[in-house]
Amino acid sequence: MNTDLAIEKLKENFGSDIISTEKKSEKRAIITINPDAILKVAEYLYKTAGFRFIIASALHTKKGFEIHYHFSLDAIGLVLNIHVILDKENPEIESLSNMFNASNWIEREMHELFGINFLNHPNQEKLISDGNWAEGVYPYRKEFK
Amino acid sequence: MGFKNFCFKKSLWVFHFGGASCNNCDIEILDCLTPKHDLERFGILLVGSIRHADVLLVNGSINMKDKNRLLEIYNQAPRPILVVAIGACGCTGGLFADSITFAGPVDKIIPVDAYIPGCPPKPEAIIGGIVKLVNKK
Amino acid sequence: MGKKTLIPIGPYHPLQEEPELFKLFCDGEIVKDIKWETGYNHRSIEKLSESKTYDQVFFLVERICGICSTSHPFAFANAVEEIAGVEITDRAKYIRSFIGELERIHSHLLWVGLAGHFLGYNTVFMWAWKYREPVLDLFEMITGNRNSYAMFRVGGVRRDIENNKIPVIRKILADVKKKTDLLTGAVMDDPVIHARTKGVGILTKQDVIDYAAVGPTARASGVAIDIRKDDPYAAYPLVNWKVITAEEGDVFAKAQVRLLEMYESISIIEQCLSGLEKTKEGDINVVVKEIPEGSGAGRAEAPRGEVFHYVVSDGSNSPARHKIRAPSYVNIATFKKSCIGQTIADATISLAAVDPCYCCTERLAVAYDQKSGRKIWNAKDLIDLSTGKTSELKKNLIQLK
Repeated sequence: MNTDLAIEKLKENFGSDIISTEKKSEKRAIITINPDAILKVAEYLYKTAGFRFIIASALHTKKGFEIHYHFSLDAIGLVLNIHVILDKENPEIESLSNMFNASNWIEREMHELFGINFLNHPNQEKLISDGNWAEGVYPYRKEFK
Repeated sequence: MGFKNFCFKKSLWVFHFGGASCNNCDIEILDCLTPKHDLERFGILLVGSIRHADVLLVNGSINMKDKNRLLEIYNQAPRPILVVAIGACGCTGGLFADSITFAGPVDKIIPVDAYIPGCPPKPEAIIGGIVKLVNKK
Repeated sequence: MGKKTLIPIGPYHPLQEEPELFKLFCDGEIVKDIKWETGYNHRSIEKLSESKTYDQVFFLVERICGICSTSHPFAFANAVEEIAGVEITDRAKYIRSFIGELERIHSHLLWVGLAGHFLGYNTVFMWAWKYREPVLDLFEMITGNRNSYAMFRVGGVRRDIENNKIPVIRKILADVKKKTDLLTGAVMDDPVIHARTKGVGILTKQDVIDYAAVGPTARASGVAIDIRKDDPYAAYPLVNWKVITAEEGDVFAKAQVRLLEMYESISIIEQCLSGLEKTKEGDINVVVKEIPEGSGAGRAEAPRGEVFHYVVSDGSNSPARHKIRAPSYVNIATFKKSCIGQTIADATISLAAVDPCYCCTERLAVAYDQKSGRKIWNAKDLIDLSTGKTSELKKNLIQLK
């Protein structure tokens, strides 16, 4: 397995859901996908291709809310970024926590910091905000002119 | 010699409250108690409950969630109690003073008797601070 | 379901976003469920980072965690250098790896000590912390501070290690190695430690994959993840060393992995010193004028596992978004697997086994009966319980002989 092959295989399996691919180097690749396909893609990466989920980062940009899922293939040292762009007004996406526990905390955290809703999350309760800031306040959101 | 001085004349038992800290001060406090510095020689003992303590050591910036806990612990403390703010974060908030969850340096929340600045203060500095505190008349 | 008792462990537990309160729900002596509560240590570092320049962020990330205060700058430097496309000099690489490995030794020694403390084996605690002191002195000699070294910057390191210091460093290191031998011998051969840690807090390979655990926690369960090998950075591809793994997944395996890793670290440091002798003094920096637009992922192997920094740059002089994932963030979640079904006395060492951070030591708070609100346990009782088990085992061992 190398980086090109990994990207090629993803394209083969999820051709219609992939919006763009970019290979930055042998160690990094960025793939933007359709948010509806995240469960399928993550399942393929985790169960078939042997990727490890590192973490997900949420961003608030002019395009809306972005989530960058970071997966690692330790055998070749590849960090694969799966980018999804969510709706500005009502950001929501399927939760990955029913597949692997590793994403449980980070999804709760993104919910508190950005107000992104994770559908079918097993337990989307407060993780860090309790006592620190009020409910409905999303401190990491930005204001754009 | 007043009553307060009488209370603090011999073995000081300390309780350690780590707020939203980075752990450095916590390690250095514990370091004071291990063989190289060995404060237990002087009867300074780290205790598990504030109800047994003469000195409350507070380090780290205090966030909103910690604030009430700190107040609760301070109110539970037997009187007289000495409060020592350790490290830059405990004294002023340090690097984290701009944080959105910052609730104020320790002296905004409870009265503080001594400040030991440094990031982190060396064990020698902590010992020096405690000695100054004990000798304060 | 019988009556359950709630035993809180925490709340103050200082790592980046994961200081937490553990609630052990116990039936009799057996832990039935575990829940966590966090937020006590939230300092919104990711948000603060957006208001600081790249050079300032190094000081900020250094203070995420005092024990791994090199790993975070390491990962951040890797991320920013990826955006800028900079290749640092060999000497800077050796210095970076040198500091990283020295930190691993001091962190593992710290852990061994605390594990001893949890077992009621304070001799191990005092020993390990005593042997840790020369390492800290070495840090002070090289960087000027015992913790938080401020050695890293984009494009290299801030300070050089002068070649005339190398013989002294070698001497101290030889001493540390001797002491490590002593400690490793004492810990690995001790029948009481065997009895207390073998078969306790087992984490299977599948659990590790499910929770995406990293570092010694994963390596002790037979998952050989080590970022230094998998995604080589700094001087790690230039030196010889091997990844230590164990298969059992229990607390003993984790201790074994950490102790043996210290030898690897010492060997890496020695090779880095030889590397320093070969390179030119003062050649430690590459000038980086500006950070272009883009994103970069940086990884580093901290003593506790993989640190991951993700930086998005918009071309200005501070990050547009900076995501940090510390290793304990994923490792702590595995408590749900390793603690349930254990006795309370074993739960403390199982919790300590992933090396969450030491502050929990003095933070076993008071436990209340959920119904009556009556006080049942306090920190001392819990430690006594653990200590009691150790002394009973000791007694039994003597009788067997």
